[in-house]
Amino acid sequence: MRFDPTPLIAFMPMSLMYDDAGTIRYVAPTLAKLRDPETLIGAHISDVFSVRDNGRGNGEGPIPVGTKLYLNFLSGISTPLKGMAAAIPGIGLNLLNLSFGISIVDAVADYRLTSGDFAHTDLAIEMLYLVEAKSAVLEETKQLNARLQGAKVAAEEQAYTDTLTGLRNRRAMDHVMERMLRSGVPFAIMHLDLDYFKSVNDTLGHVAGDTVLQRVAKILLEETRGDDMVARVGGDEFILILNKFMEHEGLMRTGERIIARLQEPIPYQDELCRISGSVGITTTEFYDAPNADAMIHDADLALYSSKYEGRAQATMFDPKVHQGCVSDHVPQHARGESAA
Amino acid sequence: MHGMINRAIQCFMRDTYGGQTWQAVAEGADLGFDNFEAMLSYPDQLTIDVLGRAARQLHKPVETFLEDLGTYLVSHPNVEAIRRLLRFGGENFTEFLFSLNELEGRAKLALPDLEMPTLRVEDCGDGTFRLSCLSAMPGFGYAMVGVMRAMADDYGALVFLEHQGWMDSGEEIITINLLEAAYAEGRAFELSERIGGEV
Repeated sequence: MRFDPTPLIAFMPMSLMYDDAGTIRYVAPTLAKLRDPETLIGAHISDVFSVRDNGRGNGEGPIPVGTKLYLNFLSGISTPLKGMAAAIPGIGLNLLNLSFGISIVDAVADYRLTSGDFAHTDLAIEMLYLVEAKSAVLEETKQLNARLQGAKVAAEEQAYTDTLTGLRNRRAMDHVMERMLRSGVPFAIMHLDLDYFKSVNDTLGHVAGDTVLQRVAKILLEETRGDDMVARVGGDEFILILNKFMEHEGLMRTGERIIARLQEPIPYQDELCRISGSVGITTTEFYDAPNADAMIHDADLALYSSKYEGRAQATMFDPKVHQGCVSDHVPQHARGESAA
Repeated sequence: MHGMINRAIQCFMRDTYGGQTWQAVAEGADLGFDNFEAMLSYPDQLTIDVLGRAARQLHKPVETFLEDLGTYLVSHPNVEAIRRLLRFGGENFTEFLFSLNELEGRAKLALPDLEMPTLRVEDCGDGTFRLSCLSAMPGFGYAMVGVMRAMADDYGALVFLEHQGWMDSGEEIITINLLEAAYAEGRAFELSERIGGEV
């Protein structure tokens, strides 16, 4: 009696049968979409597939039976397959059933498979459904993430920016200074307070004042380097953090150059606004354990000396001169009003 | 590097060494932010900087750090999902090892952007296996040593693992000696999380 594989193969559209010598005898319809059945039938199974198992297969046949197999075609489009082979007793035939495993997504595209190509009991369609649904959700999530990230960056940028001048603000300055102090990078801070700014505001109005502040911001950015930071920390107060810039003479020269440029008259409508600036400087080198409050305080003291000495100048903090001297008779908080 | 990987490094440090250690590393690497987001992508250099910083902060070689990270990924309750996904690989440690061949494909199915290393496991006979690992992130093989060590515990297998260094082609080679497949009880695993939920 001849063996009729039809009913078996209907259950397993990705299967094939081979005889004990390894010659392929029957090819099921879906597998026939992957490779031409004309060339498969009659070929030796190990000329068509590379076969690997986990080393526990048994049997004398051309491929191990009763164990999980990993196969791929030896030629043409690569399609990794999972499989399992079993001998059909008494007729000298063996059944090899195949499945796509994780290659299913590529395979349906590569071979234009349809739902009719899978057994009704196969979970392949559910798998494809899940992959598509997951990809759609993932794509939405990705877009949402990008939007949120963009909004977050913009919000942070805004929170750290002085909107009038585009410089960093006090909060940003605190943040950067804390970070630099923690990481132990040496730096200098330069505290700049504008002179005669109040009179510009009073005589020419706030719009003129704003023009002046924007001009000041431009000068400060031009006179500093890319990794320095310029912050507007009050109405007419600025703090510059100068990264790894410790040399006193150079710092003083920078301060003086900034003051000289501030003194160039700033045109506003038909008027010229004339301001200047006083500068106090300190560096991390003055401290055993530098901290932000002490540095800002000492830069303030040095700034106060500049004001006291007649404005429009830069002063380097000097522990001998400033400690317990200027700070005693000039209350720190009174400075803003008296200096403007 | 995918945010998932960066996030894993962050969670490992946070859960193992505390939030402050992570903070110090994030600052040292000059990230400019406090937390990696799992679903964003970051420049590779950032990951390399973080690893370097972390190793220095903890006074251990990067290799050891990565191995500990691998162990964490499988054994810490906060990242139980990873252990579960790896246990889908098979019913015993040998099957798990062979499932590593498919790990990259499986991960791609879930997260197409995730740069998983290409893993190849071969049986060398006598209970010896050879894993080759090709990754955009050098040293990933050390993390795999940690993962496999913890997975062996999970399955109750007794193994001896050794990182053999790098091939000229950039692959890392690890040998696995499976001394006893059922050495200890191992941890329970159910395909359904609902059944195996109570850990």
